[in-house]
Amino acid sequence: MNVAVTGLNATDNPGPGVPVIRSLKEFSKFDGKIIGLLYDNLEPGIYMKDIADKSYLIPYPSSGLEIFLDRIKVIHKKEKLDIIIPTLDSELYAFAKLSDKLLEMGIKTFLPTIEHLNIRAKDKLFDFCESNNIKVPKNFTITSQKDLYQYSEKFSYPVVVKGIFYEAYIANNFEEVFSKFNKLSAKWGFPVLIQEFIQGDEYNVVALGDGKGNTVGAVPMRKLYITDKGKGWSGVTINDNNLMELSRNIIQKLKWKSGMELEFIKSKETKEYYLLEINPRFPAWTLLAPAAGQNLPEAMVKMAFGKKVEPFKDYEIGKMFIRCSWDLFSDMKYFEKLAVQGEI
Amino acid sequence: MNQYKLQENLAISDSGFLFFPSTGETFTVNELGKLIINNLQAEKSSVDIIRHIIELFDIDQQTAERDFEDYLSQLKNYDLVTEL
Repeated sequence: MNVAVTGLNATDNPGPGVPVIRSLKEFSKFDGKIIGLLYDNLEPGIYMKDIADKSYLIPYPSSGLEIFLDRIKVIHKKEKLDIIIPTLDSELYAFAKLSDKLLEMGIKTFLPTIEHLNIRAKDKLFDFCESNNIKVPKNFTITSQKDLYQYSEKFSYPVVVKGIFYEAYIANNFEEVFSKFNKLSAKWGFPVLIQEFIQGDEYNVVALGDGKGNTVGAVPMRKLYITDKGKGWSGVTINDNNLMELSRNIIQKLKWKSGMELEFIKSKETKEYYLLEINPRFPAWTLLAPAAGQNLPEAMVKMAFGKKVEPFKDYEIGKMFIRCSWDLFSDMKYFEKLAVQGEI
Repeated sequence: MNQYKLQENLAISDSGFLFFPSTGETFTVNELGKLIINNLQAEKSSVDIIRHIIELFDIDQQTAERDFEDYLSQLKNYDLVTEL
């Protein structure tokens, strides 16, 4: 089986590609080939041993779906891809739009529909939660500086300023909001979200939905160490029935198909969980799931091939992950080959 | 004297390491903490626990009661015990 995976950017803001590959290679009886799909010559996953058997540069989906698909056709001709696992938020719309064409080419995916991607989008999540009685921080969707000034009187500080795709900052006054708003809108575009700040601990759930409302598996984790970019650098699996029930309820309501990450904050004051985000793909800490007994990426691949997968019932509580920085060495020849030929 | 109940599923090791699986919180406790938590897990009354503290640390009743209540207020702060 030839599996193509994106998101090999194992940086300080890591993509989920490497852990998805490791889930297949290290935690299952995977007997196939991994093809890395890259957006940058310096994605660290390319330089790691035993991650991708072959890697190819691909254009950003924003360069046009036709160009994007053409490149995949070239790679498919060489590698005979059986399945593509996209792992980055910014490319999911493109892959979801192309899923039928990919299937015609013989390439499977296991993705949510565009409609489902839209429902959980950061600027739509509030409405979804409100209509389904799920607690969510109040937010303002800001699409221009004019909006920002207009809504500024309603902000109750501190607030969280969030980019539409990535990054979030806590701001304590309007000057800080203004600065972060400009930074995020320049980087990720509009809208920018201004969200109520809820004091508490962050809890995340990695899960897999079958597209019919069923949860195939789910593993909750408490972040033990958070970087200045808000990334969990260490975490531990926990056991909280309320959190699990809430997660299953969300997956049921969304009829979510694919891997996902649910991000919650447990209010220090009320002890209630607030849904912060639904990320439409496996998170960078996905490897904790197979390490705790639920190999969700493997289950997703099986389901993409129409195999019946029994829902996971248990996982190990108290299983920890700790991320690390680890220098790799390579030669310019290797880098050159990738830069010039677009493959390695 | 007030009676207390330890949160369910709280795990404490011989070394005094405490893991609360519902929240993922961890704590390291001293000998007094270990004694109190082990006794609460065994559902001992506050009077019994204070008697154990007096025996183990060779202190008077008043000091033992004060230490016990101080410790329990910390456990309450972390939501590790509830008052019955």
